[in-house]
Amino acid sequence: MAKITASVYTSHVPAIGVAIDQGKTQEPYWQPVFEGYEFSKKWLKDNKPDVIFLVYNDHATAFSLDLIPTFAIGTGAEYQPADEGWGPRPVPKVIGAPKLAAHIAQSVIQQDFDLTIVNKMDVDHGLTVPLSLMCGQPEAWPCPVIPFAVNVVQYPVPSGARCFALGQAIRRAVESYDEPLNVQIWGTGGMSHQLQGARAGLINAAWDNAFLDRLIADPTGLSKVSHIEYVREAGSEGIELVMWLIARGAMADVAGGPAPKLAHRFYHVPASNTAVGHLILENSN
Amino acid sequence: MSLDKPYLDVPGTTIFDAEQSRAGYWLNQFCMSLMKAENRARFKANERAYLDEWAMTEDQKLAVMARDLNRCIALGGNIYFLAKIGATDGSSFQQMAGSMTGMSEQEYRDMMVGGGRSVEGNRYLGEDGDAQPHRQPQGKAGEKARNEKGGA
Repeated sequence: MAKITASVYTSHVPAIGVAIDQGKTQEPYWQPVFEGYEFSKKWLKDNKPDVIFLVYNDHATAFSLDLIPTFAIGTGAEYQPADEGWGPRPVPKVIGAPKLAAHIAQSVIQQDFDLTIVNKMDVDHGLTVPLSLMCGQPEAWPCPVIPFAVNVVQYPVPSGARCFALGQAIRRAVESYDEPLNVQIWGTGGMSHQLQGARAGLINAAWDNAFLDRLIADPTGLSKVSHIEYVREAGSEGIELVMWLIARGAMADVAGGPAPKLAHRFYHVPASNTAVGHLILENSN
Repeated sequence: MSLDKPYLDVPGTTIFDAEQSRAGYWLNQFCMSLMKAENRARFKANERAYLDEWAMTEDQKLAVMARDLNRCIALGGNIYFLAKIGATDGSSFQQMAGSMTGMSEQEYRDMMVGGGRSVEGNRYLGEDGDAQPHRQPQGKAGEKARNEKGGA
């Protein structure tokens, strides 16, 4: 059967993509950010999955106000990097995993999560920046990716508790797939940031680090944090962090297995307007 | 029964909820249209004429032409949509975010490099943090405005 072997958590700041694409990663401003991912790039090479289930949010790119799905799973064969107004990022196209994605969609919907199924969409920096951070600048991404988009643009976004329960449903779906695939689940977005109004630029390092501590050791408790606490403490766009709980909910310990191993932890301020947080958790074999 | 909106007491923050989204529908859809190069060119050539093609309010059109992002947000705009205007102008997210604080680009960048804006005093309306209404605009522009007001 297929298995979730590890989860990866990272911010997905668009300026990070720009820095990579324009060759600025060694500039003094950016160097400390990318240094935090050196371990991760090596780790991903050593722990190459068959499929990455990548939880992210679209930033008014594939989904405008025409259509606002709360949870959307990509079941397509491939996805093009989107033109977000600056032209598409010069990164490889994203190859999907339609068979596994369709299986997960059916299983998760039967577990009462009413997913939207997407066969055709472009993917924006929310999906491609985490791939760039973890893979560098390859000719092709190392494996197929299932994009899983969460609405965190129009309030109300799904609650932390709902995201955490969804992660558990995804884990069951993956484990009911017959092929012996090694699947990683990535949760992206955050950490503290606010991009609007007089409070723009808010960073709350103490709250972010407490979030990382609890994500590792007390995800069930963390999943009960209310929307308003994210907004007040981590900024209006810090709400993206609920997506990390989807990935965390898919780990074995939540279903009664052993605690995951913390392979890597990194935190840095700033990348543009945002605090960068990053974790790698491994399920034990 | 009315909806629960526990987020109305956060200073300098507008939550893009269903009501804001409804008010800003055409403003945000106009922004989406700027993802096409051809539309960006038409908008740049004559902003007023391009905006008049959309069912936006006059206030929304004026706010776009003034690049007053705080006003755009008050009128239902959302930053991820408004970012398409910034992309058309060649502005970064940092420049756009900074423009809403009254700080100069350098002042805002320095604040971020210094660890960002503190949450202290900025959790609830009525506290005394730098994002509170009585402390706008921020940075040197605000100091100047307050000195002139104090001296008058």
